[in-house]
Amino acid sequence: MVNLTTNIHAPYGSHIEDKNILLTTVDKISNWARSSSVWPFTFGLACCAIEMMATGAPKYDLDRFGAGVFRASPRQSDLMIVAGTVVIKMALRIERLFAQMPEPRYVISMGACATNGGPYWQHGYHVLKGVDRVIPVDVYVPGCPPRPEALIEGIMLLQKKMMKEKRITEKFTHGHPRYL
Amino acid sequence: MDIQDIYKNLKSKFGDDKLNLEEIQKDSYIEVSKDILLSVCQHLRDQESLLFDSLVCVSGVHYPSTHEKPRFEVVYHLFSYAHKHKLVLKVILGLDQDLSIPSVETVWKGANWLERETFDMYGIAFENHSDLRRILCPDDWEGYPLRKDYKVQEKYRHIKVTM
Repeated sequence: MVNLTTNIHAPYGSHIEDKNILLTTVDKISNWARSSSVWPFTFGLACCAIEMMATGAPKYDLDRFGAGVFRASPRQSDLMIVAGTVVIKMALRIERLFAQMPEPRYVISMGACATNGGPYWQHGYHVLKGVDRVIPVDVYVPGCPPRPEALIEGIMLLQKKMMKEKRITEKFTHGHPRYL
Repeated sequence: MDIQDIYKNLKSKFGDDKLNLEEIQKDSYIEVSKDILLSVCQHLRDQESLLFDSLVCVSGVHYPSTHEKPRFEVVYHLFSYAHKHKLVLKVILGLDQDLSIPSVETVWKGANWLERETFDMYGIAFENHSDLRRILCPDDWEGYPLRKDYKVQEKYRHIKVTM
């Protein structure tokens, strides 16, 4: 019989556990906090927005992942879900809004249009052929439009990515590879 | 009123050298010369038996130089809520002349945005329009997208446009 208590939760001995102490790194706990409360930016541009709204609504309930607090201001949001066709006129606004978001900030490109222009790829003179031409994208969600499950998977992938970050370590070691 | 009666009405007022009735099954239209367009529109709106109080649509058509009759057209779709009849007016502009046509904004206020859209897509200038700017494309966009010989620009500011 494996003793779970000593093996996993208290690798440094039970005397620490008795005093209600938990050992972790600052990076891990801040990543955990950050990835558990991703506030998306209300950014519906086309029909993908309907699926994004459905994802936020009770049936799919994005709040289960801590990502249901849609903000109408870039200043309060962590995640820009680019949901829909990006026209070139909008691309300039996207750049500016992305710049207005506080760091750390993330981008999900939702659907075919935002990813590479989708059906407007060849003849759409007015469509930006992929939002990654103006802002960096973390996760691409394929589909036209993607179902809510797909968007949720995209958000879970992003959360996994966030958990791997070492922002605090990088800050205090100036990115020296020995500590990363 | 059907289109023959409307044509007769217009002919009695403006003569028939600047008007032309084209009868096609279900798609008949009246061709108008651009110098009498404004007075024809005013007449169509105000004449008791016509009362075209609604301008439904203004659109442009481009027949490029490969066409047997290369030209630009501006098409006006009218509807009368009073009499429940409708009419299609066309104005033909040559390719070589400067593309200008009187604005009908003074007749129907709603022509403002419709004409701006036609200007945006075809580069047809509407004279005496109160605010002739592009309506859909960015203000500093190059070219007119719905022309048949349109080539999209390589870059818009710092953004690559073409694939």
